[in-house]
Amino acid sequence: MFGDFDTGVIFQNWHFLLEGMQTTLLLTVIAIVGGLVLGTLLALARLAPFKPLSFVAGSYVNFFRSMPLILVIFWFYFLVPLVVGRPVGGFYSVLIAFVLFEAAYYCEIMRAGIQSVRQGQIYAGQALGLTYAQNMRYVVLPQAFRNMIPILLTQAIILFQDTSLVYVVGIKDFLVSADLVANRENRILEMFTTVALVYFVICLSGSLLIRRLQRKYAQ
Amino acid sequence: MIELKNVSKWYGDFQVLDDCSTSVDKGDVVVVCGPSGSGKSTLIKCVNGLEPFQQGEIRVDDISVGDKDTNLPQLRSRIGMVFQNFELFPHISVVDNIKLAQLKVLQRGDEEAQDNAMRLLQRVGLADQADKHPAQLSGGQQQRVAIARALAMDPIAMLFDEPTSALDPEMINEVLDVMVELAADGMTMMVVTHEMGFARRVANKVIFMDEGRIEEDCSKDEFFNSERGERAQIFLSKILHH
Repeated sequence: MFGDFDTGVIFQNWHFLLEGMQTTLLLTVIAIVGGLVLGTLLALARLAPFKPLSFVAGSYVNFFRSMPLILVIFWFYFLVPLVVGRPVGGFYSVLIAFVLFEAAYYCEIMRAGIQSVRQGQIYAGQALGLTYAQNMRYVVLPQAFRNMIPILLTQAIILFQDTSLVYVVGIKDFLVSADLVANRENRILEMFTTVALVYFVICLSGSLLIRRLQRKYAQ
Repeated sequence: MIELKNVSKWYGDFQVLDDCSTSVDKGDVVVVCGPSGSGKSTLIKCVNGLEPFQQGEIRVDDISVGDKDTNLPQLRSRIGMVFQNFELFPHISVVDNIKLAQLKVLQRGDEEAQDNAMRLLQRVGLADQADKHPAQLSGGQQQRVAIARALAMDPIAMLFDEPTSALDPEMINEVLDVMVELAADGMTMMVVTHEMGFARRVANKVIFMDEGRIEEDCSKDEFFNSERGERAQIFLSKILHH
């Protein structure tokens, strides 16, 4: 079976595969940035002294964390064009789904991060005359982010793997591109071994980076 | 300058402050002492509104701290505060710690804030540490930076919440020296501390607290030289023993 393992098929199609990887990475990066921004705002809302705001943010988080991601992807694929009133293409609907879904997880990470900052630091900012917003912006959030870097990266790796779910709405990401090549060239073993190897190397590198960061910040 | 009238505070059912009244005049150095859990740290945190209180009134420079309409950040920016655990911001350099509120609260320009910061670091003897991060400094050095940070706001009064309690013994004096100098310059100070040597040297008033109440509120001479109440006597004998 391994006797006719043909690595040539990978090199012949590398350009096509690279395009797929670009889609995967673009989706991952935008979902991380968008999810982080929205998630941080949600975390601030959840911790706000104004109860209705905190309730709305809490409900949002609980809602999305109770939904399977694949359902959310499907759902936004059909919902977004209805809301916008015109077709937007699979990529944008998927992007919105990922940002909104990831925001719920990033919110909880940031909330823990904000709460990990000592009360004394908040007092110190207040005593200097910083307003609530200034204290968050200049004192609390920078420390929260730093404390949370390893967990934020772990979530990013999970997100990177989860982007492969976009196959359900026909987006050509790395996995789908490889699948197309595999079927066209009838080289299933080669292609899926390659896919596995690529995902493994990227995720392992990420994990090793996290371990190094953790050791650095543990000091 | 600082006026407390019948201040009471509860954490749930537990009363931490019980009908506390006192006043601090301009140029006064008031030492607040008492056994741990007596409410002295809570009292000083009420003065700039870091801790809310349920009853009574606190006025600083004739502005009511407990009033809902008071702009608390603005009032706090005029009162310096130094904490037991220094509370320097760990993610920015020493000089940026001293600049932050000057830039963001007082809206000073970068150059003015920088000059001010360096002048104050010089004053506390740490100009050569300006670009380090707080974690690279000793406890005593960090506390001196914290004092400089508070002074950068040109405060009308300074609050000290056990400024030497977290320090190794050999570092206590370098911080006390800065505080003695401040007092000599006429700064109005309210100091929660167990350093009775400091109280003897620079305080003009001593407040003794026990179980949330102000038990003694008198001049330094009265406090150290005449018969005190039983609790104060026991407290003093315990901490002056060695």
